Amino acid sequence: MISAPYLEVAVLVLGTVILLIESFFSKFDRRYLGYAALVGLALIFLATFFIAPQSTMSSAPFWNFYSADATSLFFKRIALATTAGVIVMMFDFAALVSSGVQGATPQSGLGEFFALPLFTCAGLMWMASAIDFVLIFVSLELVTISFYVLVGFTRRNPASLEAAVKYLVLSAVATGFLVYGITWIFGATGETNLQKIATVLSGTGLEQNAALFGGVLVIIALGFKIAAVPFHIWVADVYQGAPTPVTAYLSVGSKAAGFIVLLRVLDPFLILPQMQTLLVAIAVLTLIYGNLAALPQTNVKRLLAYSSIAHAGYLLVAVVSFSGRAVAFYLVAYLLMTLLSFAVLILVSQPAGDQLESFAGLSQRSPFLAFAMLVAMASLAGVPFTAGFLGKFLVFDAAIATHHFGLVVVAIVTVGAGFYYYFKVVRAIYWDAPPASTDKIIVSPLTRVALIALIAGTFVLGVYPQPIFDALAR
Amino acid sequence: MLLLLVTFTPIVAAILIMIGLPARLTAMAASVLTLLISAIIFLRFNATSGFQFVVTFPISPELGLNFALGVDGLSLLMILLGAIVLVAAVCVTGEIEHHENAFYACLLLIAGGAIGAFASLNLFFFYAFHELALIPTFLLIGIWGTGNRRAAAWKVTIYLALGSIILLVGLIMLYRAVPVSARSLDLRMLHAGQIPASLQSNIYLVLLIGFGILISLVPFHTWAPEAYASAPAPAAMLHAGVLKKFGLYGLLRLALPLLPDGARQWSGILLVLLLANIIYIGLVTIAQRRLDWMLGYSSVMHMGYIFLGIASANILGTTGAAILMFAHGLSIALLFGITGEIRKRVPSLDFDAMGGLAKAMPLAAFAFGLGAFAAIGLPGFANFAAEIMVVFGAFQNGFDYQHFHVFQWATLLALWGVVISAVYMLRAYRRTFFGSSAKSELVITDIRSGFRVPIALLVSVSLLLGFFPQIAVNRLMPTFRNYFSATQ
Repeated sequence: MISAPYLEVAVLVLGTVILLIESFFSKFDRRYLGYAALVGLALIFLATFFIAPQSTMSSAPFWNFYSADATSLFFKRIALATTAGVIVMMFDFAALVSSGVQGATPQSGLGEFFALPLFTCAGLMWMASAIDFVLIFVSLELVTISFYVLVGFTRRNPASLEAAVKYLVLSAVATGFLVYGITWIFGATGETNLQKIATVLSGTGLEQNAALFGGVLVIIALGFKIAAVPFHIWVADVYQGAPTPVTAYLSVGSKAAGFIVLLRVLDPFLILPQMQTLLVAIAVLTLIYGNLAALPQTNVKRLLAYSSIAHAGYLLVAVVSFSGRAVAFYLVAYLLMTLLSFAVLILVSQPAGDQLESFAGLSQRSPFLAFAMLVAMASLAGVPFTAGFLGKFLVFDAAIATHHFGLVVVAIVTVGAGFYYYFKVVRAIYWDAPPASTDKIIVSPLTRVALIALIAGTFVLGVYPQPIFDALAR
Repeated sequence: MLLLLVTFTPIVAAILIMIGLPARLTAMAASVLTLLISAIIFLRFNATSGFQFVVTFPISPELGLNFALGVDGLSLLMILLGAIVLVAAVCVTGEIEHHENAFYACLLLIAGGAIGAFASLNLFFFYAFHELALIPTFLLIGIWGTGNRRAAAWKVTIYLALGSIILLVGLIMLYRAVPVSARSLDLRMLHAGQIPASLQSNIYLVLLIGFGILISLVPFHTWAPEAYASAPAPAAMLHAGVLKKFGLYGLLRLALPLLPDGARQWSGILLVLLLANIIYIGLVTIAQRRLDWMLGYSSVMHMGYIFLGIASANILGTTGAAILMFAHGLSIALLFGITGEIRKRVPSLDFDAMGGLAKAMPLAAFAFGLGAFAAIGLPGFANFAAEIMVVFGAFQNGFDYQHFHVFQWATLLALWGVVISAVYMLRAYRRTFFGSSAKSELVITDIRSGFRVPIALLVSVSLLLGFFPQIAVNRLMPTFRNYFSATQ
């Protein structure tokens, strides 16, 4: 039996070791560092199944900051799996990294590129366990700062630099909101621990408005992380400019961690009815804006950026319906289908770019990639027998159970819109004729295995969700 | 076990074809196998109430989710229909210029999805199997369609996706309306009387809109004629013949037994809408100037009669509706199949540009005539037997000798639809096959002799049921008797 905090320590040690090897040895293939990271992550993922229950731990003050319940373990696994998926994508992206980084050797920069996601991963895992505003803030910053570097990693590419600056400035603003909100809450309740805040809030004789104000500020900050409207302005440009694996990471990892924190922070605050109304409004805006803005996109990366806003909307519907189960399942489904679509995008866009046209006639150039993208798009749109559909099913179920019929009506319309823009990609793949130069796209064995695993996961969870429910109910 | 086979044979065959097995041969073998198994199920079916051939695999007890298949008289008939039309559609498919394997895989997936939906005893899979057909439809119309195929493919896909999502919401509302102790997605756990009357009205409305979009109930019908006119013939056969029946099947399976109070509250509106389907769409059909559009509208119009049977809410009417679903599937499949062949041979399907085709294509003319007569409801065809039952059933509803109830007036109006359909069908038949032949110098050949197989299959089953409707009635009765004994 392992104590839960060692998981993060292990990830950090892994990252540090890889960074040290990168700096002190020069003549070796940097891709071995990536393989090492993958193996390490796989071992740590296995270790999450042998965690000692929290009740057996001592009552040291540490456990006021850190929780090792089933939910946090579940989200740690999401973080680990996402990171592993991103590192697999980085292998395919390696060629662009070396052209985007000035260096002496062809592989310069690659070692850091493989190591940085590990630090992000540690941050995400801490976020999953954080039950105190102090730890929430610290882990959020670890995530954000490593993302600053990753987003601007291909520094000879102006788009990447622009994305990094935008992300830096807007994240800093969000952080400001977060700290300011925390101080208001602390001022009103005298606590930073979420459980104690809940006790104080449910008591009487409290300056409720001050706590509420703080709560709203925190939600604004988290709104940046999960890309909810109206805090979404950075999303499209940053997603488009960042190196594609990093975009996938931002879109999945950052969002998942944002939602677990949101669930934990809202737990004490949702007893205040004003908070409900605010979140319903944000969910409606996010659903409508994300889906409508995705409709005219012709750049697949940008389309996926808006689609990630749209999915934040469905997740918010689950959040306001108090369904942790729906949030968790939807995030897993979202992880599978988003990683799948970005992995295909990296391979297809290498020669031709991110435009929709580069997908034209993909069914003839590479039937396997075409099928993978078909599965990803079908799942994102919510076609049955895919994980995405079951996620939507649970979200709708939760919303109807809590009588949020207004949200349901909005979601019906936006799902219909979603079919249009996801099927636009399917149309390009299967209807349109391929461009004149039909080079075969080479898929490396590692990527092929990862793609097959993601496709299989999408289908299996589409009809057999029980493993996820079991993991949550441990 | 047999049900698992019949559900998954088309789907597995589709996967095998995509992997690389010879497309036409595999599709043919799989569809014949499906037909054989469903015939065996049909013959071994024991005409008592309750589901038979049940297989169940538990999935998620907390959601009440399991994978359960089973048939009663209603689903039995629909599965048989799916298998017959699938065989006919595969037979009719001729040379496919490009991506032959994808074409057959899409056809098999549509049929597999429809059969799976009919066989499912779980709301989740009932819904999921139906939507499985959405992507194949999009691809079939978009890639191999004719005319303005891309616009048609987009329209039908978005429209049906929206309808499906509304339906999903309706199904979840139904699931949530059942008290917690009995809540399940398993159809066998749901009984009349579990859902409080006060909730039934809203749920019925949502289900009616959702299913109504899928069935092309006026005013949600605009996708249908365009899609069927653009779709390749085998796709139109399967979609209009089988898949569209899913919505009607859903109303018969769920709305009628579980939401009787809701059905009663909305029956007035439903009567108005279905009369619009029969009379208004009937007149629109007469006005069509192209054969394919006319057939598309006629298939929308005939939905009105099936709705009338469902709205009548008695054993006679619903039995008639179920048989009419079957009969209409056969006749419309035959008509679309022949039209597809005509389309390949003449430059335009405009009535003004055609004529005299009977000389060049005697077999096609003969088959189209049979299909047209069946669609009109000529005695001897299953359509006639079914329409009689529907009309009598509807007339019976609330009948009393002193004065006519709204149902009697509706039935009288609906009868005019028979005249309307005779007008447009016979006119189309005359203008296509008789009269002066078009002036073009085209050498028109008759349809392949291999076409005799699907024609014979579709016509003989329709005639068989037309002369011996008891074959179906006996199997359907226990199901519907169960419905109405529980509610009355």
